[in-house]
Amino acid sequence: MSSAMHPDEATARRLAGLAAAPAAPTGGTGDGSLDDGPGQRAPLVLNNRSFADVTNIVCGYIENKPARWWLPAVLAAGSVAGLGGMFIAYLVITGIGTWGLNNQVDWAWDITNFVFWIGIGHAGTLISAILCLLKQKWRTAINRSAEAMTIFAVICAATFPGIHIGRQWMAWMLFPIPNANAIWPNFRSPLLWDVFAVSTYGTVSLLFWYMGMIPDLATLRDRADARLRRNPNSATILPFIPVRIDKVRLMVYGLLSLGWRFSSRHWHRYEAAYLVLAGISTPLVLSVHSIVSFDFATSVLPGWHTTIFPPYFVAGAIFGGFAMVLMLLIPFRVLFPYMRDLITLRHLENMSKIILATGMMVGFAYGMEFFIAWYSGSQYEQEVFLYNRLMPPFLAGEGERYAPYWWAYWSMIGCNVLSPQVFWFKALRRNPLVIFAVAFLVTIGMWFERFVIIVTSLHRAFLPSEWHMFTPTLVDIMIFVGSCGVFLTLFLLFSRFLPMFAISEVKAVLPQASPHGHGGETGQGHGNVMTGGH
Amino acid sequence: MARQSTGTIYTTAAGVPVYGMVAEYATPADVYRAAEAVRDAGYTRWDLYAPFPIHGIDEAMGVKRTKLPILIACIGLTGASLGFLMQWWMTGVDYPMLVQGKPFTAWESFIPITFELGILSAAFTAILGMLAFNRLPMWNHPLLRKDRFLRCSDDRFMICIEAADEKFDQDKTRHLLEAAGGTNVDLVEEEPEPVKEVNDHH
Repeated sequence: MSSAMHPDEATARRLAGLAAAPAAPTGGTGDGSLDDGPGQRAPLVLNNRSFADVTNIVCGYIENKPARWWLPAVLAAGSVAGLGGMFIAYLVITGIGTWGLNNQVDWAWDITNFVFWIGIGHAGTLISAILCLLKQKWRTAINRSAEAMTIFAVICAATFPGIHIGRQWMAWMLFPIPNANAIWPNFRSPLLWDVFAVSTYGTVSLLFWYMGMIPDLATLRDRADARLRRNPNSATILPFIPVRIDKVRLMVYGLLSLGWRFSSRHWHRYEAAYLVLAGISTPLVLSVHSIVSFDFATSVLPGWHTTIFPPYFVAGAIFGGFAMVLMLLIPFRVLFPYMRDLITLRHLENMSKIILATGMMVGFAYGMEFFIAWYSGSQYEQEVFLYNRLMPPFLAGEGERYAPYWWAYWSMIGCNVLSPQVFWFKALRRNPLVIFAVAFLVTIGMWFERFVIIVTSLHRAFLPSEWHMFTPTLVDIMIFVGSCGVFLTLFLLFSRFLPMFAISEVKAVLPQASPHGHGGETGQGHGNVMTGGH
Repeated sequence: MARQSTGTIYTTAAGVPVYGMVAEYATPADVYRAAEAVRDAGYTRWDLYAPFPIHGIDEAMGVKRTKLPILIACIGLTGASLGFLMQWWMTGVDYPMLVQGKPFTAWESFIPITFELGILSAAFTAILGMLAFNRLPMWNHPLLRKDRFLRCSDDRFMICIEAADEKFDQDKTRHLLEAAGGTNVDLVEEEPEPVKEVNDHH
C-alpha cells in the first residue's frame, strides 16, 4: 500500500496535519489483508493512526476544497437524474401505456427495478445491525457509507411502485387514510404489507443513519467552531459572498448534532439505544425482502408460487447489496488514498467472502427451484423453468421449443453463480480491480435475476393464447437510468458534506482506545457496543 | 446557575458564577483511573467527556444502567398492538371485506403489518427516548464555550465536576483532579443570564 502524497495538492495540504511518514506496519501481512495465523490478524486501521489522524482524514475530505472530479461528476449524475425525472413526468402525464407492459406481462421492468434497488438497500442495515450483533468490528469502516447507500437505494426503490400505480396522484390511498369511498386498504394483500415494510425500513434506516452520525456531526461542528475562534475572518463561500464557510458549518452541523457534547452519561444511553436499534433492525431487514418475495410467492403463478422465496430473496439482497458497497467504495479508496488506511484489504477481503457465501446460497436456491419443479410433479412449474428460462436455442434442437429469454437466465447464472467463484483464490479476493469487476457483474446479475423471476414467469403462464413477449420502451429504460443518476448524485453529495466514516466508532476499535493499556496480541482494542468488542 | 443545596454559589475572581471544574486527560487509561477516583471520592454531579464511548467506563463512573430499553419495549409493544387493532377494526368491523373467503377477522394475515408497526414505534422510541433522557437537543452549554473542550470531539478526554455537587470545593476538587493525572484544570463559567426584555404592558 503506497503512502505517496495525493496528486491533489489541496487535499495533501489539508491533510498535512497527519502523523509523519507512516512506518511499515509490523505483524499481519503489512497491507491489511487477512493473515493465515489468527494471532497475526491485520489491524483494522493501518499505519498506526492516532485518534486525531482519524478525525483529520475523515473531516479533511469534507472541509477541504472538493477534488477536481467532484463537481463535474455531480453535474453529470444530476443531469442523468433530471433526465429520468423528465421521463417520469412524461409517464405521469401520458400514462403507463408508455411502458412496454401488456395484458400478459403487467409487471416488468419497473417492478424489476423496485426489487433490484430495495435489494441493494439491504447491505447498509445488514452491516449496521447484523454485523453489530455478531461483533464484527471491521464493520466500522464501511457502515456509514453502506447505510447512506441503503437510504439512497430505498429512495430509488420507492419511486417505482409509486409511479406504477397508474394514477400517481392517488398514491396516498396506499396508506390507511380515511377517504371519500369509506373503504380501507386490503390488509390481506402482500402488496400492502410491502407498503408498510418498505416505508418502515426506509424510516428506521434513516433514523439509524442519523443517530450514528450525531457525534460525528458534532465533531465537524467543533472543528468549525475552533477555526472560527482562532480566526474569525476565515474564508468566505465565494469572494463576493460575505458568508463565512465555517459559520455555515457551525450552524448546520451544530443544528444537526443537537448539541451533542460527548458526555459519557450520554454515550451510555446512546449505546443502549444503538444496541436496541441493531436488535430490532435485524428482524426488520430480514422481513423486508421476505415480504417483497411474498408479492410473488403468495400468487399461484408457476415460477412465483414457491416457499423458498423469502430466504432466497434475502440472500440475494445481501449479495447484491454488498456488491454495490464494493462498487462504491473501491473507487473512493483510489480517489481518496488516505481512506486506504481505514478501508483496508482486510475489509475488501471480508466483503468478498460474504459475496462468495451469499452467491453460493443464491446458486443453491436456483438449483433448488429446479429440483422442486421436478419433485412437485407440476407440469406448469416444470415448463416455466425449462421452456421459459433455461433452454437456449442451440440446445433445443432444430425446430424445437426454446426459452425466448434464455439469454437473461444465463446472464444471471454467469454473473451471480460463476463470477464470484474467483474469490476462492486468495490473490484474486485481495485484488481491488478483480473485486470491482466481480461486484459489477453481480450487480448486473442481480438485476437480471429479478427480470427473470418477473418477466419469464409472466410472459407464458397457463393459457398459450395469452402468451406475450415483453420489450422495454425508451421510457422504461430512461427511468431506470435516471434512478441510477439519483443514486449516484445522492452518494456524491453525501461523500462531500457528511462524514463517510463513523469517526467515533473507528476510534473505538483503535488499539489505544482500550482503557486498560493497549489491546492484546491482536491489537484490536476493546471496542464497545457499537463496534461489538468486549 | 450552579447553586449547591447548601446554598453556596461559587464565582470566579471576576464574579461570574461557576458551572464546574474541568480537567484534561491524554489517554483513555488515564481518564478511566481518574473516573474511578472521582467516583470513590463520592461526587455525584460530574461527567466524563470522550470522543468515543470508552469500554467499561460506566462501571468506572458508577453510572446505573439506563431504563431506556424497557421504555422501548413498552412503546414497541403498544405500537404493535395498535397496529393489530387498526387492521382488525378496519377489515373486520368498520368495512368488513371478504377476501379469499377468509373470516373477516382472521388474524394471520395481519401479522406482517403488526410486526412492522411495532418495529417502527420501537425505533422512534429508541432515538427520541435516548435524546430525551440525555436532555438533548441542548444547543448551548457552558462547556461548549471553552476552547479546550472542543478537543473532546477529537482526541482529548475530560472530566468536569459541577459546582452544584454537594462535595464541590475549589481546592479539594482541584487537588483530586490533579492527583488523578489531570492537566489544564480550570473553572468553567456559567452561561451569562439571558437578557430578558422587560415589557411593562403586561
